[in-house]
Amino acid sequence: MTGILRDLWRYHAEFRIGAALIAVALLLSVLASFSPYPPQQVYVVPPDVPPSLTYWFGTTSRGQDVFWQLTFAMRNTLLFGCTVALISRLLALTIGLFSGYKGGWIDRSLMAVNDTFIVIPLLPILVLFFFVMRDRMSWLLLALIMASLGWAYDARLIRAVAMSLKAREFTQSSLFSGMSTREILVQEHLPYVMPIVFSTTLNNMVWSIGLEVTLAVLGFTDINTPTIGGMIYWANQHTAMVAGIWWWIAFPTIAVIMTFIGLFLLAVSMNDYIDPRSRLRSFGGAS
Amino acid sequence: MSGYFAYVVRRLAQFVLVVFIGINIAYVITHATPIDPVEQSISVVTSFGNTAPDAIEKMRTSLRELYGLGGSPVEQYLAFWKRILRADFGPSMSAFPTPVSTLIGRALPWTAGLLAVSTIVAWGLGSLLGGLAGYYQESRGLKLIGVIAIGVHPIPYYILALVLLIVFGFLWPVLPITGGAAMNLPQAPTFDFIVSVMQHAVLPALSLILIGVGSWFLGMRALVSHVVTEDYVVYAELAGVRPWRVLSSYVMRNALPPQLTGLAMSLGGIFNGAVITEKVFGYPGVGSLLVDAVYAGDYGLVLGVTTVSILGVSTGVLVIDLLYPLLDPRVKVT
Repeated sequence: MTGILRDLWRYHAEFRIGAALIAVALLLSVLASFSPYPPQQVYVVPPDVPPSLTYWFGTTSRGQDVFWQLTFAMRNTLLFGCTVALISRLLALTIGLFSGYKGGWIDRSLMAVNDTFIVIPLLPILVLFFFVMRDRMSWLLLALIMASLGWAYDARLIRAVAMSLKAREFTQSSLFSGMSTREILVQEHLPYVMPIVFSTTLNNMVWSIGLEVTLAVLGFTDINTPTIGGMIYWANQHTAMVAGIWWWIAFPTIAVIMTFIGLFLLAVSMNDYIDPRSRLRSFGGAS
Repeated sequence: MSGYFAYVVRRLAQFVLVVFIGINIAYVITHATPIDPVEQSISVVTSFGNTAPDAIEKMRTSLRELYGLGGSPVEQYLAFWKRILRADFGPSMSAFPTPVSTLIGRALPWTAGLLAVSTIVAWGLGSLLGGLAGYYQESRGLKLIGVIAIGVHPIPYYILALVLLIVFGFLWPVLPITGGAAMNLPQAPTFDFIVSVMQHAVLPALSLILIGVGSWFLGMRALVSHVVTEDYVVYAELAGVRPWRVLSSYVMRNALPPQLTGLAMSLGGIFNGAVITEKVFGYPGVGSLLVDAVYAGDYGLVLGVTTVSILGVSTGVLVIDLLYPLLDPRVKVT
């Protein structure tokens, strides 16, 4: 694992930039633990102060320090992405491996459902969900519903690999040595799909954070938990752009763009590494 | 021909399944929650001012009917489907007494037009540039476009739309930033009206196109850079086929089918982007309708827009799927 990372670092410019951007994002989220102000409180600092040495990123009209607010927002947003990615990975792995291994009508019906989830526009459904839940909408609930809607595309990729693994000899020998389906999938097939799981995790985080930002900006999430989208929502509520409080919108926007590009570049470099043709091109014979 | 017929039947079955599952999700969300949606809606509607008690009572009965909360679960489910199939979502609460279907019908052409134009432009331009970039891998200009594409593509639609709004609305105000057409013009196919519609569509379309071009560019470049290593391409080049012909008929031609599949699969995501873009620019389509309906607590309208968008996106996917055999003749055989 460290060998792979070292190769990526050495030969892949995209990986270096992506890793640096994500490192900044992680650093910001770790700093949240050292914040002098609790994230929920308002009017703890003078409002509407432009960026200065005391308040690095300025303060909001609600009397919050943008920098420290941003650290909390970053932490929550990244945690959200990780939670959705983790749960949807479990679903995608289970369905993808099982469907690819079993084949036949099980595979056909699972994939029909799978294709449906790929096609359905999710934003209206999530908005409908918020409409019904209103004030009970919590951070965890949103993560759960997004995970249960966002596994489909990756399940298809995993299934494709599982189908080819099924045709390999070692699957037959483990079957004849009396392993159960679960054992074959977990012990034999799982290690082969792990690289895809890693790169799809990053893509899934881009997807889920993007949707979360969208929903939060519209006020369709739990707006009292600070997230990047939530910060922009409050800034819009106070018409920060018109009032000239540009720093309230600019810094969260920069932070979220940075995170997205970082995650995306990491996913790209991971994909290049997984694909033998592009690996040869960009890494030479190393690895 | 029979192969194509079987293909069409399979796609139609998939279309029906998508709509069926999508509407069932909507049903489960609205019926399986621990919250009484009727009281929820009423509290939202009445929180804006004083409402007479008998008006609230009337609202409660009509909402109960609308949600189909009477009778056994089976009856509720059937009543729900009956409404959907008749496209009858009752009168809108926020624009009483206009029926929800009228509101959606008015908004739909705006969204359909915006989506169709921006998707086709983004897909075509992205595929073309991506194909060139995959074929001429040393070209500096195309490399630069690649770097820009990587930078722009992962940005969420909302953020990009906001940046465009700030740039063209505040810093360099050259384009209209809100609405679908100038308010003072009659909605008739006159020259002024059409020009105004196009002017107002520039920014929303641009934010959809910028993100779209990036993603199709990257996809096509990756596909083409694989295709150019295939034997038949090398053979064609050695046989002296002119470069642009190799590029168009040998390389791009074989990279297009997966791109088209990609378009079908990401149509839902593009629609999500259109919803948020419309909201940012106050564009009078179904996206703005949906968001405003939530703010106003208009249940019938939210459910109506959700249903129509599931139907619309799956129809779009069906159309792309039915066009697919034109690009990939192998489909007809199997």
